[in-house]
Amino acid sequence: MIRIEKLRKNYNGLLATDDVTCRFLKGKVTVILGGSGSGKSTLLKQVVGLEKPDSGEIYFEDRELTRLTRKELYEIRKKMGMLFQGAALFNSLNVFENLAFPLREHTKLADSVIRTMVKMKLELVGLRGMEELMPSQLSGGMLKRIGLARAIIMDPQVVFYDEPTSGLDPISAGVINKLIVDLNSTLGVTSVVVSHDILSSFQIADWMIILFFGKKIAEGTPDDIRKSEDPRVIQFINGEPEGPIPFNRTDKNYYEDILIP
Amino acid sequence: MTALDLTSLVGRRTIDLVRTLGRSFIFLFESVSYGFVPPLKLRRTVEQIAFIGARSVSIILITGAFTGMVLGLQGYYTLSKFGSEGLLGSAVALSIIRELGPVLSALMVTGRAGSSMTAEIGIMKITEQTSALEMMAVNPIKHVVTPKIFAGVFSLPLLTGLFDVIGIFGGYLVGVKLLGVNEGAYFGEMARSVEFMDIYGGFVKSLVFGLIVAWLCSFKGYTATATTEGVATATTDAVVVTSVTILIMDYILTSFLL
Repeated sequence: MIRIEKLRKNYNGLLATDDVTCRFLKGKVTVILGGSGSGKSTLLKQVVGLEKPDSGEIYFEDRELTRLTRKELYEIRKKMGMLFQGAALFNSLNVFENLAFPLREHTKLADSVIRTMVKMKLELVGLRGMEELMPSQLSGGMLKRIGLARAIIMDPQVVFYDEPTSGLDPISAGVINKLIVDLNSTLGVTSVVVSHDILSSFQIADWMIILFFGKKIAEGTPDDIRKSEDPRVIQFINGEPEGPIPFNRTDKNYYEDILIP
Repeated sequence: MTALDLTSLVGRRTIDLVRTLGRSFIFLFESVSYGFVPPLKLRRTVEQIAFIGARSVSIILITGAFTGMVLGLQGYYTLSKFGSEGLLGSAVALSIIRELGPVLSALMVTGRAGSSMTAEIGIMKITEQTSALEMMAVNPIKHVVTPKIFAGVFSLPLLTGLFDVIGIFGGYLVGVKLLGVNEGAYFGEMARSVEFMDIYGGFVKSLVFGLIVAWLCSFKGYTATATTEGVATATTDAVVVTSVTILIMDYILTSFLL
């Protein structure tokens, strides 16, 4: 579905994406795992065209994305949905208007049809009846579910999730994970999840990609990853403070730093 | 600091300045040209006119009235030294229509609506709402900024007209009702001395200022660093930069219109 070839991106002198080559298979849930600052969000932003890579190619069903005009990119974006980390609902609009927004922008559907479609998507995320509420009246978990309903309102082929479970309590996180898997199987969408939530990732992933300082260090099925012998992968999935990813981020000698003025 | 450091600092600052200027003009060009590309966002524009225009009416009425009143007071004091209180009407009207109306209206709108434009757009960036628009294949500049620009250009001349009328009325209250200038002289002198070019000049100024307020305040919001602090700084900057630009443009426009 999506193929990334040798993607590179420099961010303030730091290689945020370092020669990443990977693919997101059709109808599968691919999880991109990595710690904070590993470049996973930057990778996602490049895939959806919110940021431009320095070099490399991104193919969406054989269309190369990095050199498209804005108009062409917008056409492709209509086939994409994205759940943002903070849900990114428009806070001046109520739930119904938030969900209706893409339909109003891109279709000439009658109000009654829009009403039905909004209700259907709300039913999918289990929040039918919340149409009149404002985003400020919703809890974090509900915001994400509404955000997800909006992301799939145009029936996209690919849905991207930016840290879908971060900041949620275990039950809400479980609900989101179930939704990701359900949407994937019932609607047949391709899902790409960026996350640092190990537990959730192993639950939902068909395929996992682990990033480490912008580099892809491992990929495979959850079982492959569990069996991985790469010390960086082992450290990451076990959450150990010390290992190849050092606790101390400076090379300077501690004693010298303190004693020598 | 060595001479080399100083030179490179000056150079860097200059490059930054030129770059920002360039970006701001590209931004202006984009947001104005989207206004002519269908689908037109008429509803959004009307909403923005309500926000920038209609909701500024009360503050314009208050500032306009008091500006007119203080002009009546000061003008009377000065003119009576030469025994020409009768000219009060034309003094008040000319200074308000030519200068104070457009400039003060623009400054008030900058403070009331401009700062919140910056904050609104900045917060949309922090909460990724602009990215969400992008992902929904909606151009955020066209959706968010273009309506503001057109609403600004539409609203400010109207607000300025209101300011002018209420200001002249304020001058009338103080000059005629309080200080006893002849009512016929107040309005008669005004009608004789105010020419079409005066009103036209004030109108042109208010159009330009409307554009400047919406443009610079939106630009500041759009280019704000996506942090709480970044938006706070951008909001302050927006008010300062816009106000200063209005005063500079006022001088330039006046020198052309005279």
